[in-house]
Amino acid sequence: MQTFSGLFNYWIVIVLMMMGFYMVISQHNLIKKIIGLNVFQVSVFVFYISMGKIKGGTAPILAEGIEIYSNPLPHVLILTAIVVGVATTALALSLTVRIKDAFDTIEDDEINALEKADRAKEREALS
Amino acid sequence: MISSQFPALQVVLPLMMAPIALIVRNPRAVWMLTLLVTWMTFAISLSLLMQVLDGGTIIYRIGGWVAPWGIEYVLDKVGAFVLVIVSAIASIVMSYARRSIEDEIPEDRIYLFYTMFLLCLTGLLGITITGDVFNLFVFLEISSLSSYVMISLGRDRRALSAAYRYLIMGTIGATFYIIGVGMMYMMTGTLNMADLATLMPAVADTTVIEAALAFLTVGICLKLALFPLHLWLPNAYAYAPSVVTAFLAATATKVAVYVLIRIIFTVFGGVHVFQALGVQNILMSFAIMAIFIASLMAIYQDNVKRLFAYSSIAQIGYIVLGLSFASETGLAAGIIHLFNHAIMKCAIFLGLGCISLRMGRVTIKDMYGLGTRMPWTMAAIVIGGLSLIGIPMTVGFVSKWYLVRAALEAGMWPIAVLIVLGSLLAIIYVWRIVEAAYLKPAPENAKPVSEAPLSMLLPLWVMALASIYFGVDATNTLSIALDAADSLLNGGLQ
Repeated sequence: MQTFSGLFNYWIVIVLMMMGFYMVISQHNLIKKIIGLNVFQVSVFVFYISMGKIKGGTAPILAEGIEIYSNPLPHVLILTAIVVGVATTALALSLTVRIKDAFDTIEDDEINALEKADRAKEREALS
Repeated sequence: MISSQFPALQVVLPLMMAPIALIVRNPRAVWMLTLLVTWMTFAISLSLLMQVLDGGTIIYRIGGWVAPWGIEYVLDKVGAFVLVIVSAIASIVMSYARRSIEDEIPEDRIYLFYTMFLLCLTGLLGITITGDVFNLFVFLEISSLSSYVMISLGRDRRALSAAYRYLIMGTIGATFYIIGVGMMYMMTGTLNMADLATLMPAVADTTVIEAALAFLTVGICLKLALFPLHLWLPNAYAYAPSVVTAFLAATATKVAVYVLIRIIFTVFGGVHVFQALGVQNILMSFAIMAIFIASLMAIYQDNVKRLFAYSSIAQIGYIVLGLSFASETGLAAGIIHLFNHAIMKCAIFLGLGCISLRMGRVTIKDMYGLGTRMPWTMAAIVIGGLSLIGIPMTVGFVSKWYLVRAALEAGMWPIAVLIVLGSLLAIIYVWRIVEAAYLKPAPENAKPVSEAPLSMLLPLWVMALASIYFGVDATNTLSIALDAADSLLNGGLQ
């Protein structure tokens, strides 16, 4: 069980997680960051769902002939987490729209430069 | 009796009022509604604290389902104390908010601000009261999502990018937290905190639990802005509307600290993670770095809101330092500083809100000569500042005193020296404010300013006087903090 193939689902989770995380850190485009964040979150969903799944198990229904069933709790938890994820994505996208209006760009490094310019302007106004 | 339903009401009340606020829309009416709700939650939380102090831990089963199957609300001394802090700050801030919000947020968006405020309050109260780790995640996201929106309502365009960055880092933190929760669930099969605490020692030596602890700690430290995970904080505080800054600085990070306490001392209470896994050294060194680096950064800021945002990071360092001693005195010092810092930072940011109302912004230059032109506002800010330094007779002194004592008790005198040195840095940045306000003359072309309106001065002075009152007579707060620390270290949730 404790072999590479036995832990297959966790390897997928880790690969997805790192890909998403790397995208969030390395990408300058705000939309791409959001996509990365989504991949990152989805990896956690997969982690929870595969954790509750039992090979050959069915849905947890009380009926004759059903003996092995998967643990429904992690699946239900993830339903909640998906809703949270959707809300986060929606908010992030709408913030990006507002940022585009205010800065006229959605590139992180350009926004940084504009913010620096704002700060310099402030300092000039003060002295 | 209705009082038996208080734990649920505490969360349901603001949650139900949020959509109503959305329907009502009229700025004045929505403000009245929010004000009423915040004061009601404050009254409820005070009554809950009395109940807990008299009768011990309150356990409230949602829908009558028995734990670990159902979700429990559990309120012990720490929880009840934090609950009072959050709801007290919320009600003071709301009493202050009307003028400041009308000034800083466009009229057609004001009702949205109050809706978000109510949701944020729901989340923060929920985090404090819940006894279920996944339920905690949901409340954490409710409070975080609404605080991103509140920050983005700031006038400066940098509020938007600050909110976006906070969103990215906050979501990573929350996701780390649920990874940790998932791993704990894998090993124990439960999400109930008390249940987790009893099952944890048996599986504590596995790598899965060690990884879970790592994910949980990093995730929560992102939320509470422990150095070096603080990068979202300065801009978020500097460019958010003044009321939002005052509220978040005094509650959001504090509640995150509470989550850290819950996880380390309750869920992992039977494992002694501090000694066994070296968490102590990590937290302690980051806390010390937070105190020094953030205080140094604060000294060089021209934007006063940003200055105090950095000072907040340093103060969070003090709180985490207190926890990391893992002794009764240390933990009590952390809890008492959580309360004290909430009061003084709330007072300072409310004061800055008054200045921003009159001047339109708050830089060091704007404060020249304000000591005579806005004497009441400036005096309150100075009281808050003295408290940050830890002058005797202010709340800051009580917490510093206990921190130093905890360090000496643990035999770590160099840390005690560092705590005192950190206070010296606080003197420098507070002095810059005092110097600007009282010793520099007002610029000649300055527009005439008058004192802030009474509706804002009154809540400001309530906070300023509270920071003196609890500094002179700390017996009540101290005994609660010491009791709470004792029950955390020796009792768990029962």
